Amino acid sequence: MTHRILWLLAILILAYPGIDARAGGKTLPPVADPLVANLCGECHMAFPPGFLPARSWTAIMATLDDHFGEDATLPGDQARAVEAYLTDHAGDAPGGGGLREFMRWVAPGGVPRRITDNPAFLREHDFPERVWQRPEVVTRSNCPACHRRADRGLFDD
Amino acid sequence: MTRLAAAALLALVLSPATLAAADGQQAAILDAYAAKARAADPAFTGFSAARGEALFRREWNGGDPRTPACTSCHTANPKQPGRNAKTGRPIDPAAASASPERYADPGKVEKHFSRDCKSVLGRDCTAIERGDHITFMAGQ
Repeated sequence: MTHRILWLLAILILAYPGIDARAGGKTLPPVADPLVANLCGECHMAFPPGFLPARSWTAIMATLDDHFGEDATLPGDQARAVEAYLTDHAGDAPGGGGLREFMRWVAPGGVPRRITDNPAFLREHDFPERVWQRPEVVTRSNCPACHRRADRGLFDD
Repeated sequence: MTRLAAAALLALVLSPATLAAADGQQAAILDAYAAKARAADPAFTGFSAARGEALFRREWNGGDPRTPACTSCHTANPKQPGRNAKTGRPIDPAAASASPERYADPGKVEKHFSRDCKSVLGRDCTAIERGDHITFMAGQ
């Protein structure tokens, strides 16, 4: 009897990897490397690498001189270290730092650059324009404006 | 324990020795800009807080339309925290009295000038402009 319950539990957990302690699947590991946290976090929240596949991070790091309109060039050694961390912990990395729901929406071979272009993001953030116009928001990629624990990788609020 | 560690860290950050060290590094950064300014213009006599303030408050409209002036992110009061006009990230005050560590690392200072000048003025800042800016912020 006990065995049967354990099996059932195991199957449930395997079938729904998003249910345990992941707050409805809206949790993903934050950047844990101090260099990456500092360099990316100087201008914007250091986004969890699990938001994008590795090929996206490679593309972003190859075009830092025009980083969404900003020159975000880094010295070569720093750029290499950041890229290695981001691709190692990307949403499609072995072991997966990623949010399953997010990766599902990325076209096979697609190279998205904006987390906010993901249909999974758009569906969860279907707000009236006045919400986006709040002064503290500024841009759709400013997660911590509303998600108070975004720096810890928690996006369930 | 965590609170104790935080208090110790804060005490260290704000200790007179740490502030004096930041001051010393700030002076060294200004000296380096002064040497460059003299090399570019033999008539250079020194940096000016008033020129620095004018630079800070001017509407340049030269670079990114989201940042026509320094005040677009840093607000008109350098002692107040600001907000990155592109990303929404909160920014520590630009005034040296509020953020002494801001002008302590030459590499960081150069990096911020090269990015922000392009973004606001649409060009690099000269050594005189860099020194004037720091001189203005040092008195704030």
